[in-house]
Amino acid sequence: MDVLMIQSFAEPGLTHFLIVSAILFSLGIMAVLSRRNTIMVLMGVELILNSANINFIAFSRFTELSLDGQMIGLFVIIIAAAEAAVALAIVLNVYNRFKTINLDEISLLKG
Amino acid sequence: MELTTILFYLFSIVTIGAAAVMVFSKNIVHSAFALMFALIGVAALYVLLYADFLAATQLLVYVGGILILILFGVMLTSLGYTFNFRTITVNLVPATVLSTGAAVLLIFAFVTTEWKITEVAERPDTVYDLGMMLMGDYILPFIVAGVLLLIAIIGAILMSTRLSAENKGGT
Repeated sequence: MDVLMIQSFAEPGLTHFLIVSAILFSLGIMAVLSRRNTIMVLMGVELILNSANINFIAFSRFTELSLDGQMIGLFVIIIAAAEAAVALAIVLNVYNRFKTINLDEISLLKG
Repeated sequence: MELTTILFYLFSIVTIGAAAVMVFSKNIVHSAFALMFALIGVAALYVLLYADFLAATQLLVYVGGILILILFGVMLTSLGYTFNFRTITVNLVPATVLSTGAAVLLIFAFVTTEWKITEVAERPDTVYDLGMMLMGDYILPFIVAGVLLLIAIIGAILMSTRLSAENKGGT
């Protein structure tokens, strides 16, 4: 445990970045599961995508993955942009039809 | 302590704190602005990882694009009064259990794994290498990403214009 404490305040290594991304990931899951506003859920998804991206780029910095990790991160950002545009168009359509964006009230497809 | 170490802790605290404010804030506008600070903190972490081009892309695409889209979504889907920006929170106990469980498991796995670390030499800039790779090994994903963005733009515009046409026809 002492070694862990000393390590945790040392120069940031791979593990530090991975821990930051793990905390971001869990906060994103928290937002997706506990909030009932569709836009809040979308923000949680953005947080999860960012945490995955930190992982890719940390591995590209500290291992032999080299620039390939950064390239994958670039494509993740591109796909996140496309996802956000389409998802917000869908949210606007849903709001226009149901006059609410509460996820629990949009249950027309429920059996 | 070196400057990079201090900067790392500063920006990781900013990122995690802003993300926590985003998740736990009751007001969705506060959440959106907290998300902005979290994204800027992530961009700073990219700079600390020698990914300068990705940090710039993160600032341009996320802070300049996606965040504006989210703010537009907030404005267009609330009924126009600020008190309607408040959002409902449900499933608080299961969500807390699941997310803390995920965090503990992930951190445990990250700390106990022996990563095979090879220290890469510091790069002066990554833009040249990324451009060469994009036109070389990654030419097919690059083209597919372009087609994906085109399809996404067409889909988003189609859905929005159908929305306004319905409004015109209905009322």
